[in-house]
Order: sequence, then structure tokens, then C-alpha cells
Amino acid sequence: MITANNIFKSFSGKTVLEDVSVHFEPGKTNLIIGASGSGKTVLLKTLVGLHEADSGEIWYNDVLFSQLLFKEKKAMRQNIGMLFQGAALFDFATVEENVMFPLTMFTTKSYEEKRERVNFCLKRVNIIGAEKRYPGELSGGMQKRVGIARAIALNPSYLFCDEPNSGLDPNTSILIDNLIREITQEYNITTIVNTHDMNSVMEIGDKVIYIHEGKKWWEGSSADILDADNPELNNFVFASNMTKMLKKLSAK
Amino acid sequence: MRSFFELFGRYFLLMRKVFTRPDRMSVFWRQLIFETEKLGLSSIAIVAIISIFIGGVIALQSSFNIVSPLIPKMYVGFMTRETMVLEFSSTMIALILAGKIGSNIASEIGSMRITEQIDAMEMMGVNSANYLILPKIIAATVFNPLLMLLSFVVGLMGGWLIVALTGIITISQYFDGLQMEFNNFYITYSMIKMAVFSFIITSVSAFFGYYAFGGSLHVGRSSTRAIVVCCVAILIFNLVLTQLLL
Repeated sequence: MITANNIFKSFSGKTVLEDVSVHFEPGKTNLIIGASGSGKTVLLKTLVGLHEADSGEIWYNDVLFSQLLFKEKKAMRQNIGMLFQGAALFDFATVEENVMFPLTMFTTKSYEEKRERVNFCLKRVNIIGAEKRYPGELSGGMQKRVGIARAIALNPSYLFCDEPNSGLDPNTSILIDNLIREITQEYNITTIVNTHDMNSVMEIGDKVIYIHEGKKWWEGSSADILDADNPELNNFVFASNMTKMLKKLSAK
Repeated sequence: MRSFFELFGRYFLLMRKVFTRPDRMSVFWRQLIFETEKLGLSSIAIVAIISIFIGGVIALQSSFNIVSPLIPKMYVGFMTRETMVLEFSSTMIALILAGKIGSNIASEIGSMRITEQIDAMEMMGVNSANYLILPKIIAATVFNPLLMLLSFVVGLMGGWLIVALTGIITISQYFDGLQMEFNNFYITYSMIKMAVFSFIITSVSAFFGYYAFGGSLHVGRSSTRAIVVCCVAILIFNLVLTQLLL
């Protein structure tokens, strides 16, 4: 469970997050949605501590994460997995080495044990036979899946995904979405996904938070979103002609 | 002026992050060997090629400029040795390495920054500055003084080759010149200079790469800035160290 209370964040005097309070449940896929530049990524990076909030509290269960010392935060982070927008796989390492990296840095497992865990994680994300390939030799979808494998290597309790579908075709996007949902439910992880893909919202969103101009504008389930009485949210959700048409059809 | 001090402050804060105990010593030693190969061993060829030609040119130019019959011809060897050991093998080679390994480090770390690879490391709880920068600094600071020695020896060989091929002076005159009034401390002085310059090259270029932002254009700019700052810092420290050590 993750709770953020009254988060404020600004860069060079420009306010990016304003009084954002959110709560994320374990075993559920929590989605943060919003237009580009609305502050989603800043919120996500603030939640994991890559950005420091100007004010406000961030709780991981009963631990006040925002007040932890550097060393305590470092230890806490080993319990957090993150999939970055561009997968952020290390160029200098093979697929196997990428997934093995957190195991090498933070466990005392033998090489064989680490390999076993790497193979398990890669198999879980359906990457077979690409262990010795470098990230540059993989497709976008494969990179994202390796990113997920690396994120779950240490068996984290929290999983953060920043725009997991960006740059992917609709079929691969659905595969990645389903994978995130399955892993969340399988390991009872608190998962937070940043996205502006409405397909993802409808596919995997247990809980949806809409961020607009740095503020939390709306909160609810994916089932509620279509009937929400919020003009800004409606503008975002029904931005394309196709979704507008679907809304008209469903209204009839 | 404020931004200069800000930059300086950020540099020292980064160095504080770099000079901490590595998360895993075994990983650090592996990285150190890898960086020694990448930054040091791979520079041997370029250092040797430049030094052999410069050694030859110094011998030729010295010979052409000794027009007075009162100056013994063996001074060609003496001047070649002194130029190589005092300036070329340390300062000039450091300036060349600033271009070669400085741009390599700045663009490598800069690319990792803009593709969020550094964020991914931090996210896992890894001290990215320590993991990425410390092995580079130690590898270059320890290995590059050996490159200075190599440059010195190869430069003298270049002079000898030119003397042997052109016959501007006799080989024995050249070797007499090489042995004339040799001060051992010059080697130590040059190695100290090279170690300091190597620290500057690796730490400054890593700093510019680490704080790169934006896209590939910005990484390119960071890389260029890193080389310019490295070169200026090398020239300033050359002056300071010469005043202090000689």
C-alpha cells in the first residue's frame, strides 16, 4: 500500500505538482492518467524518490518513505521495481546481465542461483533464447518485457511502470498490459502505471487517477470513467473521433 | 560568476558521491579491469604513433636549428629528451587523451543519463556515480602515467630512427645527447603531472556527462564542453604543478 499526502513539487519556480494526495492498494493495478506534460511522470518519480517533493508525505505501508535517510531509502528501493518509458536497459550488458544486475548488487546468491532466477524471470515475461543478446538487438516490446523481468528480479512488493506502452503497436501493448496485471495479481504487488493509453485504462485499470495541470482532478475505477461528470476528464478520455462516436453509440 | 561557483559546488558534491565505498567490491574490481582496458590499453596505439612521429620531428627541427658550429650536435638528442619528458609525454599526451577518452566518458555517461539508465540504477538503490565513475577515475589515474613513460620511450626511439635514416647526426652523438645531464626527477615530475591530468580528464568529463539533460544534441554539447574545460584545466594545472615541483 502506498499513500501520498499533499505532494507539492516545482522546478525552477514552476509548479508541476500541486497538493496531490493519492492512495494505492496492493494486488491492484493503479493507473495514473493524464495528458502529456500534466505531471504524471514527475508524480511517479516523486513517489519512488527519484525527485524529492517540496512538501508532503509519502508512505509505503507504515514507513514514511519521504523522511527516510539516504541509506534507509537505498535499502527500501530494493523492494521496488520500476519499468521506465524507454525500458532503460543497460546498453553495456546482455539481456541476462541486465536481469542479473540487481541480484549481483544486492544478494549473496551464487552464479547458478542467480542464473536460475534470471531464467525464471525471463520465462515469466516470455523471453526465451535472447539471454545473450544486447538491448539494441531487441524490439521495443521485447525491451519492455526484459525491463519487467529486471524489475521483478528481486521479488519486489511495489512495481512502477512509466508509460509501458509508449512506442508499441496495439497488440504488443495488450500483451504488456496483461503481463503487468498478471504479475500484480500473482505476487500481490502494489502496481502503479503511468499511461495516456485509454486501451490500458479499460484493460487493466483497477483504480484510475486523472492528473490535470499538476492536480488530481478525478479518481475512480475504469468502469466509472466513461460516465464521469468531469469536463476535463471527458476531454481527455473522448479525445479521438472514434471514442466520441462510441460514446454517442452507447448513449443511444 | 554565480553559475561558475554553482558548477564547482555540483562537481564537488558529485565527487563526494563518487568517492564512497563501492556497493560490491567484486563488481568494482571487475569494472576497474574493464575500464583499464577501455581507457588505458586501447590508447596505447594512438599514444605510440603520435609519440614516434613527434620524437622524429623534434630531432629534425633541433638539428635544423643548430646552425652555430659552436653548439655540439649531440644537443639534438638532449633537446629531444628534454622536450619529450618535460612537456610532450605528459601535457600534450594528456590533451590528446582529453579528446579521446574525455569525449568517450562524457558521451557514454550522458547517453545513459538521457535514456534513464542512471535513474534505473538509482531506482534499484545502486550509487550510480560510484559504480560508473570511480573505476574510470582510478583506471586512468593509475594507468596513464605508464602511457606517459611509453610515450617518452617511443618518442626517443622516433628521434633515433630519424637520426639513423637521415644521417643528420651520428647515432652515437644522439645517444650521448640522450644521456647528457639527465635528471631522474623529471620522470617523476612528468608522471605526477599525468596522474593529475588523468584525474581531471575522467572526473570533469564524467561530471558533464552525469548532469547532461535533454536529447542527443545536449549530450554532444556536454561532451564538447567537457573537452574544452578539461583542456583549460590541464593547461592551468600544468603551470601550477611546474611551479610547485620544479
